[in-house]
Amino acid sequence: MRKVKGKEVSYAKYGYLFIAPFFIAFLIFQFIPLIQTIYYSFFEYYRSGLKIIGPNPVGLANYSALFEADFGRYAGNTIIMWIIGFVPQIIISLLLAAWFTDIRLKIKGKQFFKVVIYMPNLIMASAFAMLFFALFSDNGPVNTTLVSMGILSKPFRFLSSVWGTRGLVGLMNFLMWFGNTTILLMAAVMGINPSLFEAAELDGCSPRQTFFRVTLPMIRPILVYVLITSMIGGLQMFDVPQILTNGKGTPDRTSMTLIMYLNNHLFSKNYGMAGAVSVILFIIAAILCLAVYFTLNADDDSKRVRKRDRFKPRKEAVNG
Amino acid sequence: MKKGFKAFLSIALAAAMIFGMTACGGGGSSEGGEEAAAEQGKVLNIWCWNDEFQSRFNDYYPGVAEVAEDKSTTTLEDGTVVKWTINPNEGMNYQDKLDAALLAQESAAADEKVDIFLVEADYALKYVDSDYTLDVKELGLTDDDMADQYQYTKDIVTDSNGAQKGTTWQATPGLFAYRRSIAKDVLGTDDPDAVQEALADWDKFNAVAEQAAAKGYKMLSGYDDSYRTFSNNVSAPWVDGTAVNVDANIMKWVEQTKEFTDKGYNNKTSLWAPEWAADQGPEGKVFGFFYSTWGINFTLLGNSLADPEGAQEVGNGIFGDYAVCYGPEPYYWGGTWICAAAGTDNTELVADVMKQLTCNPEIMKKITLDTQDYTNSVSAMTEIAEDPDFGSAFLGGQNHIALFVEAAQKIDMSNAGPYDQGCNEGIQGAFKDYFDGNVDMDGAKANFEKTIKEKFPEIESVNWPE
Amino acid sequence: MDKKPSHARTVIAYIVLIILTFLCLFFFYILIVNATRSHPEIQKGFSFIPGHSLMKNLRSVLNDANIPVLSGIKNSLIVSSLSAILATYFSALTAYGLYAYDFKLKKPAFVFIMLILVMPTQVSAMGFINLITKMGMLNTLYPLFLPSIAAPAVFYFMYSYMQSSLPLELVEAARIDGSNEFHTFNRVVIPIMKPALAVQAIFAFVSSWNNYFIPALVISENNKKTLPILIAALRSADFLKFDMGKVYMLITIAIVPIIIVYIALSKYIVAGVALGGVKE
Repeated sequence: MRKVKGKEVSYAKYGYLFIAPFFIAFLIFQFIPLIQTIYYSFFEYYRSGLKIIGPNPVGLANYSALFEADFGRYAGNTIIMWIIGFVPQIIISLLLAAWFTDIRLKIKGKQFFKVVIYMPNLIMASAFAMLFFALFSDNGPVNTTLVSMGILSKPFRFLSSVWGTRGLVGLMNFLMWFGNTTILLMAAVMGINPSLFEAAELDGCSPRQTFFRVTLPMIRPILVYVLITSMIGGLQMFDVPQILTNGKGTPDRTSMTLIMYLNNHLFSKNYGMAGAVSVILFIIAAILCLAVYFTLNADDDSKRVRKRDRFKPRKEAVNG
Repeated sequence: MKKGFKAFLSIALAAAMIFGMTACGGGGSSEGGEEAAAEQGKVLNIWCWNDEFQSRFNDYYPGVAEVAEDKSTTTLEDGTVVKWTINPNEGMNYQDKLDAALLAQESAAADEKVDIFLVEADYALKYVDSDYTLDVKELGLTDDDMADQYQYTKDIVTDSNGAQKGTTWQATPGLFAYRRSIAKDVLGTDDPDAVQEALADWDKFNAVAEQAAAKGYKMLSGYDDSYRTFSNNVSAPWVDGTAVNVDANIMKWVEQTKEFTDKGYNNKTSLWAPEWAADQGPEGKVFGFFYSTWGINFTLLGNSLADPEGAQEVGNGIFGDYAVCYGPEPYYWGGTWICAAAGTDNTELVADVMKQLTCNPEIMKKITLDTQDYTNSVSAMTEIAEDPDFGSAFLGGQNHIALFVEAAQKIDMSNAGPYDQGCNEGIQGAFKDYFDGNVDMDGAKANFEKTIKEKFPEIESVNWPE
Repeated sequence: MDKKPSHARTVIAYIVLIILTFLCLFFFYILIVNATRSHPEIQKGFSFIPGHSLMKNLRSVLNDANIPVLSGIKNSLIVSSLSAILATYFSALTAYGLYAYDFKLKKPAFVFIMLILVMPTQVSAMGFINLITKMGMLNTLYPLFLPSIAAPAVFYFMYSYMQSSLPLELVEAARIDGSNEFHTFNRVVIPIMKPALAVQAIFAFVSSWNNYFIPALVISENNKKTLPILIAALRSADFLKFDMGKVYMLITIAIVPIIIVYIALSKYIVAGVALGGVKE
């Protein structure tokens, strides 16, 4: 025993050494900035023209200003646009995952479809948004095509309409993420013990029954994981609405997301308000992070099944 | 583990505090013009928001030896390299980036320091009334040098102590550019005097809009087209202390634009949008556009062509179909001033650039004759205005300089202020939703107030006219 | 007996898949077609047939000093490559440190990284900008790739991969052979980790290539701008809007290289997504 322990101690310094760069980088580029962000959220501190005002301590004034200034509304916008993208994303992804993994369903060119549906995820969100802006502008290709086909009598002004704009943001988020989710869910479905499906088939389950009674319950943990990570992605929603509406969140600020609001304050060099927005975002993100932590650990059983399929099985060294 | 983490936390906190302290110390003062007689640098950094000044500089500054293929630098005959930093203007982006550079000016290496930056009328005062700009007279420009310039172009860049902090090569009176063919159809004439008579005040203008609509034309393209004619004729600057005061004249713009929108007199476009640009081209059905000097030769001409790469002559798109008249109200739009940044290590060169490109009547005249831009030389402009042989082919042979000379005398920039860009963009953005029918009047007002408070944390209240 | 419904399902599946494929590809098709058409052609309306202005648009994009595409590509390549290298190497190093060694802070360190696994960087953006301003790194590329050293999601992937594919016996064997710890990591562990490194390098590269929020706050000098900033400038810069052919061409330049790389490596990428399970 002693011998082993002594040996471990002699190597321990390498453990610290190896993880040091990560923690130093984290400390400098994330932790100190975060502390500073939190610190300044209690100050009046901004640039007025070329003069710097503050920092003067103001207690919670930034926070109360924040909630007076429609913070809830921007949170609502973010949630609405996230839902518009997420609901079709999860439905289509489940459907595709079920189809792609169903041995009774012989779909040719699976690999091709997988490649195609994942592609939008790699596209620069800013370029994608700029493309949509050009395509859906009042005289853009979509409108001219719809008018010339006689579907519309006059161009529909997508970007001047609340649901037109939100719908486009949702559509882009959907297109960018449904491929990713499909592939994740497929991996989860393939991790399910095949004997379960065989048993279901023997019992005469229809594909629908199999899906709802076997597949869905078995991939529940990964669904939770997809949901939470998507919520975090939604919380960060910025590039697409920012560039689509040129940072204005038009019309009537109905497509202004939380990060866009943060960006407005960062842009005005209003460090106090930007700090307060960041702190609230941090709290929301921290809650979601905890949720991810627990889904990855508590529901480890199913995770491990999934992994076993891909990697060789191995007992996890560190576990919860 | 807890101990370790606590130690880690406290170190981090201490570090954060130190950073916090240093942040408090870094105030915004700087010593202007101290290095005036110092050694001259080899890199001239010029900050601007588009390539207009860049092309003027490359084409007309006498010392230019070579322009880099991608235009990012210009080399002068004495070997000095001019480095161009261009950031888009919209959404106060240019101001923001410039501010960051100016605040870092003191600590920047000599060749990285901003030497020249350009400002627009909408925010000129912000920089003029600061220590970040140099007095042009200290640089070596004399009253004599600038005697031929329009007085208003000097007034607007004069700070509260009477020091002039910038100079410009252009004056920017505004006119109304209309389509001759549409005027003939609607009014029966395309003669500038007759059209001016028909558009002499807003009541007449609105009446023509109705006539134009009856014939299937739009009077204006978008919401913001007539904005400057109202915003330049306000009774007070936007901001007084910590309050934004919305002028009654701005609300007149809102009222008129709402009426135009509801009656279909405009095409619901926004300034600089592709649809707005298309309305100025061969497919456009818009009676006319409010444009100032640079807009006619810089923007309208380009938009009017069917083939932008083709020859600029009658037959290419609607080249030759525009003409200009004064319109219902005098106004100005835009204008670019050259400022010398405090801390520049190229004072001699900066002074020479200012002298050559804003005070040299020969160069001023040449710019106008070549590009039809309106330059800041009263004598040269008057000379061209009186030249019976001068005419703009683009405007069907009309001598528009003569109209500009007239309009330039009416420019009044006394109500310009440092907040204008933010307020103008804010009000245009907020009321676009109102014109589109997405919000009511109160909603638009509330959105304007929010935008202003985000852009300018120091603003405490927004007052609306009764 | 299940043949019939299965047949109907197959048909439905194909229809849905074809619609989705259309949605995924159609926009890029319009993009590429419009990049070959001149501004007046684009203004006149949409056409499915490519035009003849490809080279003209390309030239006008490349020759416009206001949108320095070539330096944009160069900067994006530098930032994305370094981000990918730093993120994968140091994540593997960190994962190895926690996987192969026992030390007092091992568990807290692991829990800590797991807790910040999906923390958005935006929440500390304000302090970040402040900090790098004081460090004199504003308008430099360093703040765009150095933070990649701490990439929790990449770490998690590496850690999982080590659990499944890196037997500690190998490390022991190397030790017995007298290999020092760094040597072991670089010569023994890294080669085994190659598949994981490759997959994560691709993801880190792409996410950095596409990153807009932080670079837009850090960079203002034209010759330091990355591609997303140039794209965003298209939306707000009035002087760029007068040639839509140019606009489409610039977007094409920004995304086509990624698509080509993706198609070449799609097999590994799709497999990598299935393995990863962590979105950044």
